[in-house]
Amino acid sequence: MSLFDKFQPIADIQADLKELGVMPFGAVTEKLLSSTEAIVNGHKVILAGTNNYLGLTFDPECLEAAKRAIDESGTGTTGSRMANGTFAEHVALENELAAFFDRRHAIVFSTGYAATMGMGSTLAGPGDVIVLDADSHASIYDGVRLGGADVIRFRHNDPADLEKRLRRLGDRIDNTLIIVEGIYSMMGDQAPLAEIAELKRKYGGLLLVDEAHSLGMLGEHGRGVAEAAGVEDDVDFVVGTFSKSLGAIGGYCVSNHDQLNAIRFAIRSYIFTASPSPSVIASTRAALRLMQERPYLRDQLWDNARRLYDGLKALGLEVSPEVSPVVAVTINDRNQAIDWWNRLLQHGAYVNLVMPPASPTDDSLLRCSVSAAHSPGQIDRIVAAFAAVQN
Amino acid sequence: MPDYNEFLERIFEVLKPFAKQGVLLNEDCELVAELGLTSLQVMELIEQLEDHFDMSIPLNILPDIRTVRDLARALEKLES
Repeated sequence: MSLFDKFQPIADIQADLKELGVMPFGAVTEKLLSSTEAIVNGHKVILAGTNNYLGLTFDPECLEAAKRAIDESGTGTTGSRMANGTFAEHVALENELAAFFDRRHAIVFSTGYAATMGMGSTLAGPGDVIVLDADSHASIYDGVRLGGADVIRFRHNDPADLEKRLRRLGDRIDNTLIIVEGIYSMMGDQAPLAEIAELKRKYGGLLLVDEAHSLGMLGEHGRGVAEAAGVEDDVDFVVGTFSKSLGAIGGYCVSNHDQLNAIRFAIRSYIFTASPSPSVIASTRAALRLMQERPYLRDQLWDNARRLYDGLKALGLEVSPEVSPVVAVTINDRNQAIDWWNRLLQHGAYVNLVMPPASPTDDSLLRCSVSAAHSPGQIDRIVAAFAAVQN
Repeated sequence: MPDYNEFLERIFEVLKPFAKQGVLLNEDCELVAELGLTSLQVMELIEQLEDHFDMSIPLNILPDIRTVRDLARALEKLES
């Protein structure tokens, strides 16, 4: 036995893939041609797996803001928010996020992972309870494990199952945190947040919603599933990321609880890491503004999502349960999924290959994500690539 | 309140489909190494036990559980 033995199953899979001449994990993007096209592993492809939902990564205003920030503030902050790493622009972004979400407080993190992991690990500790959706993101699972609270899962998107688990808690509900996501990252399905909020009102506890995949997509202002469901007042904490619809990297938490300002200095993933670079903050601020100024991007995104969903469904593929900017095709056999992923690349479409345990079931997924920047023609070419590999 | 044997009996019941040919389910059976349960199947096992006994089983107990006996004892401790 050695420390390395536990990594052998991963090495075995890598060897299998190498034998097949396939490199699905860590595929190399050699050159970006636009926000929707690139050269990946030597193939010119349409990017259909980048979470670049609003297509803002090459927006001239975001580019210009980032370049100006580098000239004015340098390439990095070289320090933690708690020490030398809080610049005026970090504070400005926090104020802008609070205003956008119509909440009193906001915290900016260096990554989305740090935001969800940090809030999950800090809000509930030993003796407390976390009740989370079974399909929660790894950053949530990592956080709650680190925090030491009792962690109880409920069946994915199943309010009746959540109710059973809340009822069983009895008095412990008073120090319970419920965690769900707005749109789930793998299948693109939305949480039944109205029903979940109703259960919170009935039983108690606090509610945290990860809107990483729903920011800018849903609700009158684009604030996500909580806004669309009309239950923002029931959501105590919203967390999310800048690395998807805002085209940068970083994370946030917003809340109306005044305690957030004290909680901030208990979150280790906030304190013990360098703050986001000036260019990242600048492009994020520009993207947040553009997202509000251009509501039509949301319409384009949903038109594209519907076009891809309908196209893949018409091919007879097993697509995810509802129309969403994330469209997942379930493939039962792992080797077939690998083969299709590789051939999709050759036919000009880059998608994400997801295998267990990263997928929510024992099946594999070919996960597509749609961008507002895709043209209808590009969406049709993605569908055509699937049609080609299917035959 | 269920006792150790009741927990054990129910765990055997839920695990029946996982018993491979020629392998008798017993308290020493290892859930992952011997019965081949995936992490998802372990989660499903926990959910079924929670519902059957109408109890909360935190995931925190899982790192200490290898065998059927470990699981039955952990449930007994949770209910004590």
